[in-house]
Amino acid sequence: MNNSAQNDKYVFNFNFDEYLDIETYKQRGGFSALESALKEEQDNVIKKIKQSGLKGRGGAAFPSGIKLEMVNRAEGAEKYIICNADEGEPGTFKDRFIMTHIPYQLLEGITIAAYAAGAEKGFLYIRHEYPKPRKRMEQAIKELEEAGYLGKNILGSNFSLELQIFSGAGSYLCGEETALLASIEGKKGRPQIKPPFPTQSGYKGFPTLIHNVETLTNIPKIIEKGPEWYTSLGTDDSHGTKLISLSGDVKNRGLYEVPFGTSFHEIIYEYGGGPLEGHTVKAVNIGGASGVLVPPDRLHVSLEYGTCAEEEITIGSGAVFVLDERRDILDNVHNRVRFFLHESCGKCTPCREGLRQANILLERFRNAEASYNDLEKLERYTRVMQDASFCGLGQAAGNSLKTSFHYYRDEYISKIRNEEPAEVIA
Amino acid sequence: MNNNVEITLNGNKISVPAYISIMEAAKRNGINLPSLCHHPDQRVKAHCRVCVVEVEGRKNLVPSCSTQVADGMVIKTNTARVRETVKTIVELILADHPQECLTCIRNGNCELRQLSDKLGLTNIQAEPSVKRYPIDLSSSTLVRDNNKCIKCGRCAEVCHHVQEVGILYSHNRSTEICISPEYGKKLSEVSCVHCGQCVLACPVGAIYEKDETSKVWDAIQDPEKHVIVQTAPSIRVSIAEEFGLPAGNVSTGKLVSALRNLGFDKIFDTDFAADVTIMEEGNELLQRLKTGGTLPMLTSCSPGWINYIEQYYPELLAHVSSCKSPQQMFGALAKTYYSKVSGIPAEKIFVVSIMPCTAKKYEAQREEMRDSGFQDVDVALTTRELGRMLRSTGTDFSTLPEGQYDEPMGDSTGAAAIFGATGGVMEAALRTVYEVLTGEELKKLEFEEVRGMEGVKSSTVDIAGSPVKVAVAHGLSNAKKILESIKSGKADYTFIEVMCCPGGCIGGGGQPYGSTNARRQERIEALYRLDKDMELRKSHENPAVKKLYDDFLGCPLGETSHKLLHTHYSDRSA
Repeated sequence: MNNSAQNDKYVFNFNFDEYLDIETYKQRGGFSALESALKEEQDNVIKKIKQSGLKGRGGAAFPSGIKLEMVNRAEGAEKYIICNADEGEPGTFKDRFIMTHIPYQLLEGITIAAYAAGAEKGFLYIRHEYPKPRKRMEQAIKELEEAGYLGKNILGSNFSLELQIFSGAGSYLCGEETALLASIEGKKGRPQIKPPFPTQSGYKGFPTLIHNVETLTNIPKIIEKGPEWYTSLGTDDSHGTKLISLSGDVKNRGLYEVPFGTSFHEIIYEYGGGPLEGHTVKAVNIGGASGVLVPPDRLHVSLEYGTCAEEEITIGSGAVFVLDERRDILDNVHNRVRFFLHESCGKCTPCREGLRQANILLERFRNAEASYNDLEKLERYTRVMQDASFCGLGQAAGNSLKTSFHYYRDEYISKIRNEEPAEVIA
Repeated sequence: MNNNVEITLNGNKISVPAYISIMEAAKRNGINLPSLCHHPDQRVKAHCRVCVVEVEGRKNLVPSCSTQVADGMVIKTNTARVRETVKTIVELILADHPQECLTCIRNGNCELRQLSDKLGLTNIQAEPSVKRYPIDLSSSTLVRDNNKCIKCGRCAEVCHHVQEVGILYSHNRSTEICISPEYGKKLSEVSCVHCGQCVLACPVGAIYEKDETSKVWDAIQDPEKHVIVQTAPSIRVSIAEEFGLPAGNVSTGKLVSALRNLGFDKIFDTDFAADVTIMEEGNELLQRLKTGGTLPMLTSCSPGWINYIEQYYPELLAHVSSCKSPQQMFGALAKTYYSKVSGIPAEKIFVVSIMPCTAKKYEAQREEMRDSGFQDVDVALTTRELGRMLRSTGTDFSTLPEGQYDEPMGDSTGAAAIFGATGGVMEAALRTVYEVLTGEELKKLEFEEVRGMEGVKSSTVDIAGSPVKVAVAHGLSNAKKILESIKSGKADYTFIEVMCCPGGCIGGGGQPYGSTNARRQERIEALYRLDKDMELRKSHENPAVKKLYDDFLGCPLGETSHKLLHTHYSDRSA
């Protein structure tokens, strides 16, 4: 990431080549937000976050201030905060960078959010595949505890926060908040029925605030610079910036902090430098494995929650994966179906059986042995999976399938057996 | 306060209670939405998704079982989208289900098959994906066929949350998801109590009792064998359901005729043995009271319960009455007393029991249950197995004549009849203990406080001026509460009745499919009606029992009784 060190247009401001220690973080204004927040009423902090319009960056884009308020208002002998760092969405690597490069800003955000929510205990749920970020966070927590920014009576206030790191065991699904809770509680990492929502009944039945790493890392800047500053970034619809994990067939792959309102075209061609020499963009996968496939002629759409919802583009975790003309769409879609089939918890029928069937049918297409009926079935199972699955995994697993039927139908038709009578097409 | 909400269901504006689910609201207004994982007596799971409906304003379809109604909600249950989705989900389940319906044990009462029929599914387009798992035949009572499992989780739910035994788990993930004992162990390798509640919960043929009907047919066929049958108290109020008749019918006479039609040589009644049990158990309690024996005394009629305490609370075994269960008292007496009275050698007598219970199969096979010198009970059949035998012979249950039990083990009292209901053994025992201790006639026979479906019931009964504190628990999760209170020294009871299954034997794991708590209640009421209508309602007044003691046993707890009717237990904890 190549933002200048202290650009006022950015929330994250980190450099690849810099090791940020606690002193440097302080010199750059670190912990001033925490200091001022602890002197304020909890409701004021919540108000500022609500005013900023910050939305959850994990994928669901739920208004963060409202979530905070719900936990604050919920009845509970204890309250918990959980930072969701189970960054499992393929093609997403933003949380890893935050944890390794600006861990203090994340921890400051967690502490402010915990204070506002009234949570005095919490977890940092880090995916198993992130040993380095985990080490870095362990060290940072220790440093902050020693410096009085975490632990008992933070900065001399009445507020304490006991933060523990919990390591996941490799399941993608544990990024889903109720599965994550089950996992921390030592149960099988499967999603649970909502309601009750974690804000009312989360970890061991206590009200629990669960936020993504990126969401929480926004908070110190909102408090420090004010919600007006934050809303000046981005567009009227979506405030602030978004971390984009750009990968695939593009010149400058990497992590970018992009203001809302930037078009996907700009992300790929300006931030990313466009496709590799001599190649053209065939499709862009937006939102990770659970996201959609977007053809080149739709890249003018801007990164905004409202616009993207209208255009049925899933911002999700902010993963953007570019596929050039050498890539086979069916291969790409099949790869994801196999991924979801592996990661499905298996408890609900549409996800478990729908993915099983999709896998069989895609194999048939890739072997050019499919029929028109197979295409009809694949579309039907995809619809059912999206419409009736228990949790977001099954519901989103159909996104790339659905968009591939829409934008890349020819690729399916071309794999249908020749002997199929032509009139069936009509 | 008006707790109702206004909803629109398929265009009909209706008012329903605010706390109910869409499924329940639909049910109360003429629409039974499809369901597989849903069970009225269990927590909502929302796994199967066949109950999804359209709710205005919701992007996706919502499961009607887990979605509560809300004011102004507009619900559609039969749009093209809903119909296609539900049908597809069932199609997907069927693609992963062996197409063996015609020879399946659940042929005729399979919920999946009924749903497929209801939806008019005529074609499974999905690719068959059935994997072949070996069938687990390791248990002495239950068969687990994982191939037929539809992963609804109802068996694991009842095992964990109703019985709190918790040996069935849903493990692995994705298409490898599997419900079985821990780490894929066999049923015989874990501490299963054989209660069979999982069987009752299963909507398909994925777990069922070990069918022993052919052993019974073979015995009936064998001219060398004198085949006698005993019927447990609860069978007479549940067997009719095997023929589609409503729950709560008292059909004692038809049951007897049906059994005679099958070719049994004598039709006897476990109720007779239940009266004997009261004589022995009541006297054991009196003896413990007199001699300072271990109290509270726990009943021992329910073999699933015995399996539970032996495996999970062996340190409390001294509390358990040494009395055998009525089934086993009957078996031991059949091959001694009846053999003597009838002149038929014991080795020729073949004892069949009709039981509401899968654990009775285990009990009959126990090493300890051979005090007659032979296996006391040769085969224990469940109500369902009897139903199968009767249907195979063309029995039209409702038009059968009213038969009579045979002598000398066919007479019984109302006290024995209520053994089948939770609290019944306690009530029967109190009727006898009261009269024995006080020497006075008990005026009011009904002990209302120990009746009903509440999990743990307690009462204090005044006997000859001293208060006797008693408790009743049914369902092992409730038994566990009692056991924990005994362990912690807080249980100041004298006598406690424990039944393994919810509702007692009328809710046993061998009872007809569809044994919901509502049906259990109907069966319980039928038993109390039966008791009320009986001429004799106290075990010690049973003339056949008096004769048994006069001619054969001597007295309760006497030497012969001790040999034939009492047993011991062992620590079988893992």
